[in-house]
Amino acid sequence: MSYILKIQKLGQLGLEFCRHAGTSGVFLLQTIFRKPRLIRFMPLLIEQIYFVGVLSLIIIALSGLFIGMVMGLQGFNILQKFGAVAQLGQLVALSVARELGPVISALLFAGRAGSALTAEIGLMQTTEQVASMEMMAVDPLWRIIAPRFWAGIISMPILSIIFSAVAIFGGFIVGVEWLGVDAGQFWSNMQASVDFRLDIVNGIIKSVVFGFVCTWIAVYQGYYTVPTASGIGRATTKTVVYSSLATLGLDFVLTAMMLGGW
Amino acid sequence: MISKRFYEVLVGLFMIAGMLALFVLAFKVSNFSQYGNDNSFHVTAAFDNVGDLKVRAPVTVAGVRVGEVYKIDLDPKTFRANVTLLIDKNESALPDDTSAKILTAGLIGANYISLLPGYAENMLKEGSVITETQPALILENVIGQFIYHLDDKKKK
Repeated sequence: MSYILKIQKLGQLGLEFCRHAGTSGVFLLQTIFRKPRLIRFMPLLIEQIYFVGVLSLIIIALSGLFIGMVMGLQGFNILQKFGAVAQLGQLVALSVARELGPVISALLFAGRAGSALTAEIGLMQTTEQVASMEMMAVDPLWRIIAPRFWAGIISMPILSIIFSAVAIFGGFIVGVEWLGVDAGQFWSNMQASVDFRLDIVNGIIKSVVFGFVCTWIAVYQGYYTVPTASGIGRATTKTVVYSSLATLGLDFVLTAMMLGGW
Repeated sequence: MISKRFYEVLVGLFMIAGMLALFVLAFKVSNFSQYGNDNSFHVTAAFDNVGDLKVRAPVTVAGVRVGEVYKIDLDPKTFRANVTLLIDKNESALPDDTSAKILTAGLIGANYISLLPGYAENMLKEGSVITETQPALILENVIGQFIYHLDDKKKK
C-alpha cells in the first residue's frame, strides 16, 4: 500500500511543479501587461531603481575591481610562460565582457537585490499588507510588483556594464601599473580583438536576460511565499538558489546560441 | 523618510555612470568596425587555399592595415575560395594589377592578407577582381614536400 502512496506522491510533485510553472507564467504576464499609467508609475519605478540598482552599485564595483585585478595577475603569470604578455588586455577584456561581467554581476545581484526583494514582498504578504491594498482597491501587482520588476530589468544591464568597465580598469592597474606590461600594447591589442557588436552587445543582451529572470524569480517567490517567518526564510533561500542556477544555465544556452552565429 | 528628489538625483547619477561605462567599453575597449559601406569598396580575389583565414582578418599594404576580409566562400565550379575584401577608400588608390598573398603573423599567429601594389594606370574600384593571388602556406604540405625531397636525395 505504501508503495502506491509513494508513486502517488511522485505524481503529486510533478503536478505541483507544473502548477508553479503555470502560476509564475501567468504572474509574469499580469505584471508586464498592466495599464501603463506612466505619470504615477515613474516615481515608484525611480524609488525601486534606487533600492535595486544604486544600492547594489558598491558591491558590484568592488567585486569588479577585484576580479579584474585577479584576472590581470593570473593572466600575466600564464602569458609570461609563452612570452605573450602583450595579449593581457585582450584576455582580460574578452573574458570580462563576454562572460564574467554579466554572470558575476547577475549572481551578486541575486544575492544583494533579489533576496531583499523576496524578503520585502514576503513580509508584506505575511503582515497582510498586500491583502489590505486589495481591500483599498489598489492593485498590488501594479503598486508593488511591477515597479520592482522593471527596476530589476533596467538596473541589471547598467550594473553589468559598470562591472565590466571597472574590471578592465582593475586588470589595467595590475597589468600595466604593477607588473609592467606596456600600456600601448595593452590597449591596442584589446581594441584589435574586442568587437563592439559581438562581444560587448552580446554581454549586454545576456545581462538583460539575467536581470529579467532573476527579478522574475525574486518577485514571484516573494509574492507566493508561505506567510510565516520560516516561509519567508525558505522563499529567500529559494530565490538565491534558483536565480544562480538559472543564471548559469541560461549563460550556457545563450553562449551556445551566440557562438553558433546567432 | 528620504525625499523624492534624493532618489531621483541618485538614480540619475546611476544612469549616467552606466552610460559612461558603456562609452568606455565602446570606444576604449572595443573597436567599431571602421570599414563601413560609404567609405570603403569591395574587391574579390580567388585563392587556391585560404588556410586559416577568417572573416574580419586584416588586409594590409606594406604592413599598414587598409581593410578587412568581408566574406569567404567556395566557388562551386572551380573549387577555389572566393575572398571578398573590404578596402578603405581613404587609403591611397591601389593599381589594377595589385596582387594578394595570404601570410601568417608570426610563427603561430593568425592569417592575414597582404596586398602588393602593381604599376598599372587603372585603379581598383568597387567589384574589381584581383587576379594575381598566392595561396596560404600550409605547414604540413611544406614539411611533406621537404621529406619527399629528402628521400630523393638519398636514392641518388
